[in-house]
Amino acid sequence: MTSTFAILKPFWRNKLSRVGLIILAIMVLTAIFAPMIAPYSPNNTTFPSMLGPSYAHWLGTTQAGQDVLSELIYGSRQSLVVGFAAGIAATLVGLVIGLISGYLTGLVDDILSYFINVFLVIPGLPLMIIVAAYAPVHGSLLIIFVITVTGWAWGARVLRAQVTTLRSRDYVAAARFAGEGIFRIIFREIMPNMISLVAASFLGAAVSAILGAAGLEFLGLGDPSINSWGTMLYWAENSGALLEGQWAWLFAPGFLIAVLGTALVLINFAVDEMANPRLRRRG
Amino acid sequence: MRYLLWRAGTLILTLWSAITLNFLLPRLMPGNPAQVMLAKFKGKGNMGPQAIHAIQVMLGISHVNLFQQYLQYWVEIFHWNFGVSYTYFPYSVTSQINQALPWTLILIGVTTVLSFLIGTGLGILSAWRRGSRLDIVITSIFTFASSFPYFWFAMIAVFVLAFTTNVFPDSGGYASQMVPSFSFPFIASAVYHSILPALTILVSSLGGWQLQMRNNMISALNEDYVLLARAKGLPERMLAISYAARNAILPSMTSFAMSLGFVVSGAILVELVFSYPGMGNLLYSAVSNEDFPLMQGIFLMIVVCVVVANFLADVLSVVLDPRIRRGGSGA
Repeated sequence: MTSTFAILKPFWRNKLSRVGLIILAIMVLTAIFAPMIAPYSPNNTTFPSMLGPSYAHWLGTTQAGQDVLSELIYGSRQSLVVGFAAGIAATLVGLVIGLISGYLTGLVDDILSYFINVFLVIPGLPLMIIVAAYAPVHGSLLIIFVITVTGWAWGARVLRAQVTTLRSRDYVAAARFAGEGIFRIIFREIMPNMISLVAASFLGAAVSAILGAAGLEFLGLGDPSINSWGTMLYWAENSGALLEGQWAWLFAPGFLIAVLGTALVLINFAVDEMANPRLRRRG
Repeated sequence: MRYLLWRAGTLILTLWSAITLNFLLPRLMPGNPAQVMLAKFKGKGNMGPQAIHAIQVMLGISHVNLFQQYLQYWVEIFHWNFGVSYTYFPYSVTSQINQALPWTLILIGVTTVLSFLIGTGLGILSAWRRGSRLDIVITSIFTFASSFPYFWFAMIAVFVLAFTTNVFPDSGGYASQMVPSFSFPFIASAVYHSILPALTILVSSLGGWQLQMRNNMISALNEDYVLLARAKGLPERMLAISYAARNAILPSMTSFAMSLGFVVSGAILVELVFSYPGMGNLLYSAVSNEDFPLMQGIFLMIVVCVVVANFLADVLSVVLDPRIRRGGSGA
């Protein structure tokens, strides 16, 4: 238990990241305990449609007659899971490719760097849209896949740059002379020294995954029958929620996506400080 | 020079692989999009044999082997022939792109430049006054604004400024009764219609520039040469602008050159919200109608522009930063 607290300490000490941690914790708890918190089932379509906010329905109802607040609470599950899964997957791919390409010189590095550069250059959202549009099945797995394919390169580039500077350190040379294999050197010796960069690229990847997933779902490239914040925006836009005066239906999911993204960016301030002590406030 | 040649080589390689990716994508996907596409076209009426041929080549329906298809694909690309759009039937993909491109180039181009200038300026300011109330306000507002889903922000803006208060028009690129021309009323109407989309893009994109410049500038302010300049008693303003900012701006300049390439892809979601007649909206209508020829053509355009802009960014950084010039093929 104490070691977990030790890891969390720098995040807690930085005021900005403390706010981020608290927001994230609230969202995760809401997602876990959704059935207890939500006033109704999100699938309950028995309410009158397009009600404005009232005491019985704090955020009103949808066109299909669902309670917006309950949808929002249950939707946090899907949005958090997709965001984090895609963030983790993109970071892992970026980590493996970045570290190997940074550590090895010569042909392997050239080929991997070339792939990194190609994927950095191709604009993310259009590529995501195109891949998702060609795919025959639409669903969360597709969204995670598309975001991973388009999002790993940023992390890979940053990590690769860092490894090229660590490669020539004495402890790496010592490990090499001690006869350790290259994967052991890369992942056991070098990686622990750049864990803050890994964390930063994970947070960055998760933020863009959350925004990317929301964008794809908003365009209708997700599975519109799954309940998530992005599909809520899709349905709200397509049933003219604003024109009917049911602004809460459209406002709330987007606002929560923004808050979740902000929370991760705030946590990243603490990571930035660890990686670059110059950013730390003097005194 | 050697560095530039090396970069030019990478440029061509990247272009090649992006165009090849565009070739492979519809062929790798299960369910054969090309067959679906051609079946749909059958219901559309007469097409010239040339148009059918172009679609077959672009989407991969012919019965020759993959390599021959690939060669034909390149021939069509050099002829700038992407086939016929399914959604806008008798019109070719190229004509649709030509129509949409100027709208996007002007709207997104202008906002990208503005966003870079304002954001970088604010970044310099907030790094220079680090820890002040101004810095905290600017940084926290932009941190929040840059994690908006910006299409959402755009919808809220439409609701408040166009729908409820009618300050700005809610959709389109110009008043619907007008015919595009180079007359003053038309241009005025176009500008008027672009203000709201431009504002929403600005708000959501300023943050990135501000944060990047702030971080680089803070690092630069800690360098020894800044300390030396301060010890020499140079005026603070000169220290900030000609010493710290001048060095800190290099990475921002590179990202700026790169972001100019992204201009072509448009702000897909913002254009969609405003029904703006640009590339983003065109791509959306292509996707929602499963108009694969149009999709491929647009993606190709986007990729080519981005790759070229990326190359220009490299050239720019060589011009601006003597260290790269001397470093040979290192970077």
